[in-house]
Amino acid sequence: MKPKPTGAKSAQPFKSMRDIEQVIGLEVHVQLKTESKIFCACPTRFGAEPNQNTCPICLGLPGSLPVLNALALDLAIKTGLALNCEISARIKFDRKNYFYPDLPKAYQISQYDMPVARNGHLTVEVSETGQALREKKIRITRAHLEEDAGKLLHEGIKDASWVDYNRAGVPLLEIVSEPDLRSSQEAFHYLAGLKSILQYLDVSNCNMEEGSIRCDANVSVRPKGDSKLGTKVEIKNMNSFRGVQRALDYEFKRQTGMLERGERIEQETRLWNEAKGETQGMRSKEYAHDYRYFPEPDLVPFSVSQKKISELKASLPELPRARIRRFLTDYGLSEYDAYVLVSDKSLGDYFEACVKEKANPKLASNWIQSELLGELNSRGLALSESKVPAQNLAGLIRLIENGTVSGKIAKEILPLMFETGSAAEMIVKEKGLIQMSDSKLLEELADRVIKAHPKPAHDVKTGKREALGFLVGQMMKETKGKANPKLINEILVRKLSS
Amino acid sequence: MTELFRLTLKEALGFVSGNRSKRDQLIQELTDRVKTVDQKVNAYIHFDPERFNRDQEVPASGPLYGIPISIKDNLTTAGWETTCASRILKGFVPPYDATVIGKLRAAGAVLFGKCNMDEFAFGSSCETSCFFPTRNPWNLECVPGGSSGGSAAAVACDEAIAALGSDTGGSIRQPASFCGVVGLKPTYGRVSRYGLIAFGSSLDQVGPITKTVEDSAILLGAIAGHDPLDSTSAREPVPDYTAFLNRGVNGMKIGIPKEYFAKGLDPEVESAVRNVIRDLKKLGAACVEVSLPHSQYAVAVYYIVAVAEASSNLGRFDGVQYGERYPARDLREMYFETRDRGFGNEAKRRILLGTFVLSHGYYDAYYLKGLKVRTLIKKDFDDAFKNVDLIIGPTSPTPAFKLGEKMDDPLAMYLSDLYTIPANLAGLPAISIPAGFSKSGLPIGVQFIARPFEESTLFQASSAYEAETNWRKKRPAL
Repeated sequence: MKPKPTGAKSAQPFKSMRDIEQVIGLEVHVQLKTESKIFCACPTRFGAEPNQNTCPICLGLPGSLPVLNALALDLAIKTGLALNCEISARIKFDRKNYFYPDLPKAYQISQYDMPVARNGHLTVEVSETGQALREKKIRITRAHLEEDAGKLLHEGIKDASWVDYNRAGVPLLEIVSEPDLRSSQEAFHYLAGLKSILQYLDVSNCNMEEGSIRCDANVSVRPKGDSKLGTKVEIKNMNSFRGVQRALDYEFKRQTGMLERGERIEQETRLWNEAKGETQGMRSKEYAHDYRYFPEPDLVPFSVSQKKISELKASLPELPRARIRRFLTDYGLSEYDAYVLVSDKSLGDYFEACVKEKANPKLASNWIQSELLGELNSRGLALSESKVPAQNLAGLIRLIENGTVSGKIAKEILPLMFETGSAAEMIVKEKGLIQMSDSKLLEELADRVIKAHPKPAHDVKTGKREALGFLVGQMMKETKGKANPKLINEILVRKLSS
Repeated sequence: MTELFRLTLKEALGFVSGNRSKRDQLIQELTDRVKTVDQKVNAYIHFDPERFNRDQEVPASGPLYGIPISIKDNLTTAGWETTCASRILKGFVPPYDATVIGKLRAAGAVLFGKCNMDEFAFGSSCETSCFFPTRNPWNLECVPGGSSGGSAAAVACDEAIAALGSDTGGSIRQPASFCGVVGLKPTYGRVSRYGLIAFGSSLDQVGPITKTVEDSAILLGAIAGHDPLDSTSAREPVPDYTAFLNRGVNGMKIGIPKEYFAKGLDPEVESAVRNVIRDLKKLGAACVEVSLPHSQYAVAVYYIVAVAEASSNLGRFDGVQYGERYPARDLREMYFETRDRGFGNEAKRRILLGTFVLSHGYYDAYYLKGLKVRTLIKKDFDDAFKNVDLIIGPTSPTPAFKLGEKMDDPLAMYLSDLYTIPANLAGLPAISIPAGFSKSGLPIGVQFIARPFEESTLFQASSAYEAETNWRKKRPAL
């Protein structure tokens, strides 16, 4: 039976795309950080030989039964609390029935009508080019626990597919947002904000390459100002946050284009093709699955005590927004700097470790964001792989502050620290890079330079201050850049004004 | 001296007494018995005790040392084919033991053979087995009941000392009554379901099929208890069930549900059950009428809830990992061909029914309503058990029927579980014990139902009645 079309009967033509807004809701699957799978004792370790991490339970062998991993539930509740959700007092699981070879039982154990968490929100900082940061509150519809499926392997196999069930039964938390996002940029920031919270909670590895965060999007378009939602299209198979952004941009163009041409948007599921940079139709609403959800009889519903929820709430660490506020007041950082440092937990930790080692907070913030990240990027390293621990960077910053080295020299020292893993003090000593601050030596040198270059010296004396730069440069050259620039400036000015 | 295969479990324990050569002697005689008799009865589908015993590492002692136990073929046995009497599972050798199997092995029991059953336990006659129908030892033209028909028939004709079955809507009790043996369905959660290939997960229980009530108490004691691998298994302590034998029924209050003696009950069965009530009264029990007003909906509810769960439980038989797979050009064809050829008609019927009642737009009208009525049925029992210790009634509305008699009439077949289904829906323990014979010489069973986890009360009452009767003296002539 063909269902009656819903939504806009025939789209009104629009004058321009600026009259149209995109409406986005995201479904994010987060792999929870547990040692063992959600319903059996198999390890969740990534990268094992195919089907190595399996047992009768996660293979769904006849007769096997699931037993809930208590830690997975705790992590789900913590996440729900951090997302300001109501936590369900009763935990119940349901079966989602469908056939696919990567689904060993032909049903996925999930939560249908009683998700572990619901009615929450996440406030994220949205930065758009040329605009100041702004806050946006995204409502969270629900978050529910479920088991992951296995993986089909097709490559290099003729006339067959292989199945790897290592991932089957890995615990997932599906976090569903309300359709509160209005642009691909907002979606990106929502994902970044969510990832940041998950990192702070330490509930997930948040590793996109290993698939520990995956995202589907529900997108529609509508005239700005309308409260009614347009026809929804679901996009799957986006493998990175940037991929999500690109797919949403593509879909916005596709859908607005259709509206401009007066075509009707069909409810369907589309797949993002990263290589081609386009979404492709997968199945229309008429072929939508009937998952025949029903309560999982193998797992008896049970209650979570208010005490337990309070304990988990008390165990929550400082979350990104609170940390940003603290960075503003404690360290006097700018909002933007605080946001950048905090959004990556390890970066924020690195920064605080530097400050703890007596580095000036503002200098530390600048050095981390420009020089340190620059070095890491050019070397293709993650912060955790850096050979410059926070105490070493703090050491370098202290040398700048106390005038031992100039900022310029410091920028030369940092790469050496990366190469050798040595502390800044060591490198400065070994290479003799200590800034010349001996005023007697510099006075003598200044006299020599003035003597050797009478014309510029005269110019400065007669008020042509531009020539001062030349003389400073000469002194730096003589000292191989080690002279304290502030000091030589002072000396030259004094000598040439008398 | 008695032939060894005729021994009860209790007697066999006395005979073997921890002695290895006695154990071998018992198994040898029992094996010979199967070789002589089973060609007529067809109780076993996987029977190779020499291999079984060579493969098995049996402890040198244990409370069930040397006792051969026969197993319904829906319990997984590591290294031995487990098929649920379905073509789709032919050749499936599970890598693991069901928890109850592990417990039997650890107790020193010998796994003797795998018994025939209705395919995936879908049936009340053992005729839906993909192998062959099992026959009733009392009359080979009749069915042994089902779905644990192989287990019940084997025990009845001394092809087994004792057996395990499973009961989703009567699958232990109804064949026990048809074959004149003792069949117990424990409280839901009393025995682990881990390794029991699921039919209706919220209804299934593993239980003993034995020659005597005492054997039932011994075997339940060996398999009951909490299992960390089964979230639905209860943490209730397991009492020594044998301590409740022979305590008598003096002062016990027994309820007679008027709904169980209504239209459709065979007069011979009714009079047998009335005689049991009369005998219990003589033994000092007080018998009162009780009402279970929603029991008339039990069969309807059961055929919603059980088939819904079954349709989901059977999804995994898709030819991907195990069992028979049919070569196909694509995935869809593989699913269709494998499942079309692998499942029998009754399995297909139940998968279709279950898929339908869970479908979008029908869920509320069928499945959800079914769950609500199930709650009412349970409440009927809760109310009744406020006034009585035990409920008594027929196990099956009729004695064993003829092979083929109901195969073309699924509704008539389903109604043969009319009196057994309510205990499953309510999760209650229930036992069927012999209560006499029909004029044509077929056994009749009486059923006792008790409060949750009061199997002890079942043993107390049924052993008291059993002690007053001689039904067991009569054996099928084979």
